[in-house]
Amino acid sequence: MAKNKGRVTGVNGNMVTVEFDGAISKNEVGYIHVGGTRLKSEVIRINGRTASLQVFEMTNGVAVGDSVEFSDEMLSVELGPGLLTQIYDGLQNPLPDLAAKCGFFLQRGVYLDPIPDRDWAFTPSVHVGDSVRPADAIGTVPEGLFTHQIMVPFSFADVPWTVVSIKEKGVYNVRDVIAVVKDPKGNERNLTMVFSWPVKKAITRYEERLRPDETMVTKVRIIDTFLPVAKGGTYCVPGPFGAGKTVLQHLTSRNADVDIVIIAACGERAGEVVEVLKEFPELIDPKTGRSLMERTIIICNTSSMPVAAREASVYTAVTMAEYYRQMGLDVLLLADSTSRWAQAMREMSGRLEEIPGEEAFPAYLESRIAEFYERAGKVRLRNGRVGSVTIGGTVSPAGGNFEEPVTQATLKVVGAFHGLSRERSDARKYPAIHPMESWSKYTGIIDDSKVEYARSILFRSNEINQMMKVVGEEGTSVDDYVIYQKGELLDSVYLQQNSFDPVDSAVLPERQEETFDVLFHILGSIYDLEDKKEVRLFFNEVRQKFLDWNNVEQKSERFGQLEEELTELYRSKAVGFDPVAEKLLSGGAR
Amino acid sequence: MMQKVYTKIESIVGNVITVRADGVKNGDLAIVTTSHGESYANVIKLDRDMVSLQVFSGAQGISTGDQVRFLGVPMRVSYSEDLLGRVFTGSGVPRDKGPALTENMIEIGGPSVNPAKRIIPRNMIRTGIPMIDVFNTLVESQKLPIFSVSGEPYNQLLARIAMQAEVDLIILGGMGLKYDDYLFFKDTLEKSGAMSRTIMFIHTASDPTVECMLVPDMALAVAERFAIDGKKVLVLLTDMTNFADAMKEMAITMDQVPSNRGYPGDLYSSLASRYEKAVDFEGAGSVTILAVTTMPGDDVTHPVPDNTGYITEGQYYLKGGRIEPFGSLSRLKQQVNKDTRDDHRALMDGMIKLYSAYKESLEKKSMGFQMSEWDDKLLKYGELFESKLMDLSVNIPLEQALDLGWEILAECFEPNETGLKSDLILSRWPKKVS
Ligand SMILES: Nc1ncnc2c1ncn2[C@@H]1O[C@H](COP(=O)(O)OP(=O)(O)OP(=O)(O)O)[C@@H](O)[C@H]1O
Ligand SMILES: [Mg+2]
Repeated sequence: MAKNKGRVTGVNGNMVTVEFDGAISKNEVGYIHVGGTRLKSEVIRINGRTASLQVFEMTNGVAVGDSVEFSDEMLSVELGPGLLTQIYDGLQNPLPDLAAKCGFFLQRGVYLDPIPDRDWAFTPSVHVGDSVRPADAIGTVPEGLFTHQIMVPFSFADVPWTVVSIKEKGVYNVRDVIAVVKDPKGNERNLTMVFSWPVKKAITRYEERLRPDETMVTKVRIIDTFLPVAKGGTYCVPGPFGAGKTVLQHLTSRNADVDIVIIAACGERAGEVVEVLKEFPELIDPKTGRSLMERTIIICNTSSMPVAAREASVYTAVTMAEYYRQMGLDVLLLADSTSRWAQAMREMSGRLEEIPGEEAFPAYLESRIAEFYERAGKVRLRNGRVGSVTIGGTVSPAGGNFEEPVTQATLKVVGAFHGLSRERSDARKYPAIHPMESWSKYTGIIDDSKVEYARSILFRSNEINQMMKVVGEEGTSVDDYVIYQKGELLDSVYLQQNSFDPVDSAVLPERQEETFDVLFHILGSIYDLEDKKEVRLFFNEVRQKFLDWNNVEQKSERFGQLEEELTELYRSKAVGFDPVAEKLLSGGAR
Repeated sequence: MMQKVYTKIESIVGNVITVRADGVKNGDLAIVTTSHGESYANVIKLDRDMVSLQVFSGAQGISTGDQVRFLGVPMRVSYSEDLLGRVFTGSGVPRDKGPALTENMIEIGGPSVNPAKRIIPRNMIRTGIPMIDVFNTLVESQKLPIFSVSGEPYNQLLARIAMQAEVDLIILGGMGLKYDDYLFFKDTLEKSGAMSRTIMFIHTASDPTVECMLVPDMALAVAERFAIDGKKVLVLLTDMTNFADAMKEMAITMDQVPSNRGYPGDLYSSLASRYEKAVDFEGAGSVTILAVTTMPGDDVTHPVPDNTGYITEGQYYLKGGRIEPFGSLSRLKQQVNKDTRDDHRALMDGMIKLYSAYKESLEKKSMGFQMSEWDDKLLKYGELFESKLMDLSVNIPLEQALDLGWEILAECFEPNETGLKSDLILSRWPKKVS
């Protein structure tokens, strides 16, 4: 079938209008010919014989009359072994290869093969005559840490396909034909290790969706203990600029207890990606003993790269996440920042002269955000395995005010909200997650009722602090002052965590349990302290000891010593337990 | 096919004119000839044979019968050593008495650097200002604005950092600059002998708005080339709020739907594409950008400072003649402050936490509450901190500033009140001299 053609009739920023013949479809890819280069674009609106295309490149030099060639394919990514460790732009262009070819600067119109051209050791898992369906494995190749399943393309019709031929165990190029299958009507198709999938469509080749009920450990205390995230769940991190969204995501990308991490740097600073890019290959994942890069894919469409490709980048990322999920793996997608993606939609909507909604965002903003987060989930595959995609997105609200369309639309659909606060980051209280305004619907690593108890102290401490601002310290009772100090202690030794300290930056669940247990005893105790000065001095000492304890390795001898010293210290003034705390302790629950 | 002349201007709105023409490319440059003289213009939109251009010198006085001649090339700037010591307008026309430069023309607003080709910034830029060196270290290739209320000495601060920084080249981009401020920069640079390694692109408050929008691209295109040729370049941009306002004016002219207080929806992308030109090239030079962003109504949530904060690698918040510890941030500081001195990071964090506690005590005091012993300690600390470290007249090297920090702490607190790690206190806490 001949590809359709067209001619440019107008240019407005990165939107180009094209008059075409024949039939084209929405989201189809078209290429605009400018001089010797082809600019990749996507059809986003069709009106009679005129199509509006968003161009994934800068449009200078485009003229009316330039020819356009449509591809008859939707905007897609290539899926196959070799994706891990790669660094792509929003359209899956491999950036290091591009650098090798073009040097310092990105060059428009250069599109390279995203799948590394290499051989893999293939082991078949089906025989001639077997019946397979889309997403069923026909064999495997070892990809770094993982056994990469080579699957029947997801886009094939959902009917039984019969294996006509399959290559025996051996080494083949990623693009070699390794199997032939035929549908019930006898139509044969060749299979290689690679196939493509349209990015804007969710991959739903699984048996059923499951409830996200397992904590995804991040090694950040305030998250795992107080505001947990679940495997297959969704969460968002809104916060004003500089509050620590990116630092938190980078930390999570290193420490999260998942198989694969996909980092989507969407419309943010290039420098931040470079940190990941240069550091990850050097960092050893304690869980696997291998370089962190081996479990990582980076999709990077930074703020000065073309805005339409930014819009596509989050879809590119989530499609790859779903692909690895289909192998029964737990995948975490971190998108920074979803607001830049929303802004990309807004820019395009403006050029299309659509009726603007709030703050000029398009009316479909909410549904697009919901659709995106819906692609997260824990699923049981047809082979019984379980895999998950967890999505964490940062939000960059204008003016740091959460009452804006992107934050609000996101809050409606996510399962946990880690709101960063300007006051906390100004005071260098990191991670600056607001402990009281944030929430999570998932279960964490520590007994709920104990966490609730600690949380209630935090709330009361905060109330007392507010009170003190009105009546002064002199108008506050010693008992209240103790609660205030307890809350402050909880904040400084548990909620705050030094991301740049080699020990404190990542705390294993076992250690969190141990630390929390001691803290809970301290918070639950009643103390014999004369006056506020004595209270303050006592809590200063406890805090100092606790922080020192936080900063030593759990395996070290010093760890046990400090724990003992700390216990001795608080017991020296303790005269019993608050009844509520006592009950929780004797409940034996943990 | 060369340089066809069009003489029928269909419409004139704001600084944008529309002509009917064929074969014109998006972004191309044109010359508009009127009875008052010539002006450059560039193509910003195409709709069949209707070509919209923004006229650099403004559309005032343009008549529908004036001539438009397309040059078939996009906006460019000359690049050579001859630029040094020279002053140009936003469209690259000499402002000084020197000759026009037309050699070796390079495109402005070019593509961005491939992230895979970037390196992690690693060199501290010393300024002698403790609020910068200790608390928010400036790093080579950083992009950092000074957020300022109008009336603050932001241009003085900009000039002071520029003079103190060890760079090969300074490029000053002035946008809506007051003529006095332009003269101030010129004088300062000349006096210090830095003029011969300075290039200026100056748009003053009385020049046409469109030229204001070109200043960052001109300055940065030149900076980028010098950096590729191995030079450490410092780009000073003042005032980016004027740049954003010029964009707003253009967006309104083009009937774009505003997103926030009249600013166009692509404000973020437009600012980012400029700021992201800051870079450290492996095996070559670097571009560092220091910009001024005045905050209308001292409001950080105003769209211009707000979008800027989301793009840059921190900001210096200038208020009351001082760099405020709150609101100020250098995001690259952790790349360099691990290698300065072992106490740098901890002291930086600890002192700021205490300063924030001081602010709370101050608030309580202003409400007339009884001050506890702890409050009194904090009050003393806050005053010492402000006078000895925050005052902009202080000019001392980093190491001295750190020592001073410890002295201030020891003068006010017991070691365990500082929240600093015990081993650090053991090694750094000043011995009591009694
Ligand atoms: N957990 C942390 N520990 C120590 N410092 C931190 C922490 N989080 C943030 N910071 C400091 O704050 C700076 C800004 O953090 P970050 O870049 O994560 O902000 P952000 O919320 O992503 O901002 P933006 O929206 O502008 O991208 C960091 O460079 C670092 O100096
Ligand atoms: Mg960020």
